Amino acid sequence: MGMVFALMGAALATALPGIGSAWGVGMAGQAAAGVVSEDPDQFAKVMLLQLLPGTQGIYGLLVTFITLSNIGILGGSAVTDTATGMLYLFACLPIALVGLVSAYHQGRTSVASIGLVAKKPDQFGKAMLFPAMVETYAILALLISILAVQGI
Amino acid sequence: MAIVEMQKLSICALKKNRKAILETLQHMGIMEMRMEDLENDPDLKEQDTQTARSKYEKRASAFEEALKILKRYSNDKSRMGLFYEKKEIRRSVLDEAVRNRHQYNVHVSDILSSERKIQECIGIIQKDENMKVELLPWEKLDVPMNMSGTRDTAVLIGTMPGTHSAEEVYAAASEKLGEAPAVYAEVVSAENDRTCLAVVCLSKEENLVEEALRSHGFSRPSQVVNGIPAEVSAGCDRDIGLQREKIKELKEQICSYASEKEYFRLMADYYTTRAEKYRLLGQIPQSENAFFLEGWLPADKADRVASLLTERYGAFVEREEKNPDEMEPTLLKNNRFSEAAEGVLADYGLPQHGKTDPTCIMSVFYVFFFGMMLSDAGYGIVIALLCLILRLKHKNPAPGIRRFLKLFFWCGISTIFWGFMYGGFFGDLIDVIAHTWMGVPSDQTVLKPLWFAPLNNPMRLLIWCMLFGIVHLYTGLGIKGWEMLKDHDLTGFISDIVSWYLFLTGLIFLLLPTDLFHSISGMVFDFPPAVHTAAKVCTIAGAVIILLMSGRSRNNWALRIALGAYGLYGVTGWLSDVLSYSRLLALGLATGVIASVVNMMGSMFGSGAVKVIIFIVVCLLGHTLNIAINTLGAYVHTNRLQYVEFFGKFYEAGGKPFVPFKAITKYTQIKEER
Repeated sequence: MGMVFALMGAALATALPGIGSAWGVGMAGQAAAGVVSEDPDQFAKVMLLQLLPGTQGIYGLLVTFITLSNIGILGGSAVTDTATGMLYLFACLPIALVGLVSAYHQGRTSVASIGLVAKKPDQFGKAMLFPAMVETYAILALLISILAVQGI
Repeated sequence: MAIVEMQKLSICALKKNRKAILETLQHMGIMEMRMEDLENDPDLKEQDTQTARSKYEKRASAFEEALKILKRYSNDKSRMGLFYEKKEIRRSVLDEAVRNRHQYNVHVSDILSSERKIQECIGIIQKDENMKVELLPWEKLDVPMNMSGTRDTAVLIGTMPGTHSAEEVYAAASEKLGEAPAVYAEVVSAENDRTCLAVVCLSKEENLVEEALRSHGFSRPSQVVNGIPAEVSAGCDRDIGLQREKIKELKEQICSYASEKEYFRLMADYYTTRAEKYRLLGQIPQSENAFFLEGWLPADKADRVASLLTERYGAFVEREEKNPDEMEPTLLKNNRFSEAAEGVLADYGLPQHGKTDPTCIMSVFYVFFFGMMLSDAGYGIVIALLCLILRLKHKNPAPGIRRFLKLFFWCGISTIFWGFMYGGFFGDLIDVIAHTWMGVPSDQTVLKPLWFAPLNNPMRLLIWCMLFGIVHLYTGLGIKGWEMLKDHDLTGFISDIVSWYLFLTGLIFLLLPTDLFHSISGMVFDFPPAVHTAAKVCTIAGAVIILLMSGRSRNNWALRIALGAYGLYGVTGWLSDVLSYSRLLALGLATGVIASVVNMMGSMFGSGAVKVIIFIVVCLLGHTLNIAINTLGAYVHTNRLQYVEFFGKFYEAGGKPFVPFKAITKYTQIKEER
């Protein structure tokens, strides 16, 4: 039973932030394509902005990988008791949940920033900062998830 | 190192030297013109140069248009990309070209009129094609479409909806006639739910027949075509051939000018520059015989400009004091390493005069933090090499691009450094290769980190990241203190800067030996009691100063203490700022772990040669993707640490960039010969 919980945690850590990132990158991509149709020179800038919500999916992957290499699937030893399995599940939850929500909202912020770049291409530095603010919380969640998984 | 000192100059000269002086200043390109002071003088007037200006703008755009057309027809693949280099042109070449400008203008108008003719030909071809499509169902009709009949017979040519046979048409046409009607019906074509037909009848019965047919939906062709359809169609074909021939000739004619492309670029720039000169000319206040100019330029160049204008044109040049409400334009000058980060600062906003230019300090932290976040020696090598190659390949890129390449070159070097510190070279590539192919036992690490591997002891690295953060933030606070000292604001320095240094440092030293910190980090600090006492004193002293002095602008003591308490609450801001540096650890881990995942996936499948090939392919794809996404992450979050945490402590943007009056060029750069 412990293994089931641990693996569930690992799966959620990739699945939820992945959903969020796909959502965010998708929204931002639509906005970016619209801008490029008017002004192809902005391609590089708006693509960078589009990519910003993509990182949560990677953070999730990271936690999954560390978990898998601790619970005997890619290394380490198998989880035998339910309690330990639950520990892994809860350790994975911060990045799973925060990743999902922050990627979605970072996507929305990216859409707004892409609009900003379309109107004022020279304000790219500031436009990039707004989505980056949202990401802070995904990074904090990632950190806690890693520390927790490593600490079990 | 700093913001370049600016000097305001006012120039007064004779009107006849007006254009020459403007041209000289434009060549030098070191002075930003500001006319605000002179604008409202009732004795001075501005000249209307709108006509001349728009004339030159039109010329410039004609050259641009001609270049675009040339590019379209001559299969020129060169693009105005990110790394477009302006071509260096000698002044003498430009002068020569300007003398021949009439010729180039003629050639350009020839190109433009040829292009117009080509467009006309394309229009005619389109019309012919449409005609052919329309005539296609009538191809078998062997009389002219507009034939009305002979002396005694009438011909009705038209269409009916639905597909019908000749018999059906015959029946429909003879509905209103008596026995043995004198009607002949032929179906030319019947397809796509439409029947094209021709009916012959007696002239006197034409109306009856047409009426009968109309009740079945008959209608004559909307467009009258003169002649037999097959012949008209063939005529269209001939015409299309003719037009194509013509287009080819015109294209050849246009392409014959391809050799002059360089000159066209030169002229486009020349006319844009001239239009810019007339724009300024329109703003210059003038009296009957004299004109006035005012503007800012770097102080060390003021003498040179003044003496040049005085000697050559007899102008009167005076150094002006700046108005109290006026702000000098900001121009930065930094050493060769730090200037790379000027673009990062400009993205946030330039500093005002009298404040500190943080570029130099920021550039060091920037490169340091970027390296920590990407932290993979292999990736660092890729980035540094890429920047180096691009820089060597493009001798003369735009200044922004040049600085960007330089910054990322240094960031790449820093990444290499941190990569070896953490023991990352394309993740654990060396170890994976050694374990899989070299027969090294899998519990043996080949590439050992110089410092330690973050994943083995994340807590330890987290503490270090926060320490780097504190250094960064303290530096920011220090810059603010330095500015206050420069303004002789000693009270402010002690109550806003020193107090925080005391308070925070004291707090840190109180926190370090506690059990709480020990259980988090596993580190043991055992300070002698004197240090502990000193820390306590510092904390209390700092807190008291903050409590008493934060609200020093208020006279009401109750309010002042309340504001002071709120000031003390600012310690939470410091806490979140310091925690924000945990991204140094998180992003560093992200790069390393993803790289290891890539290596592991690559080494999982196949055996023998196939395994090697799969490994190489997976590594190439995976590491490229990882470099791309993590470089983006490192760039964004390094910027954030500078903009939010570091600048938040001291920096106020709001400087206006220095925009000198100069030649506006897109394709060329004039090299002065002196």
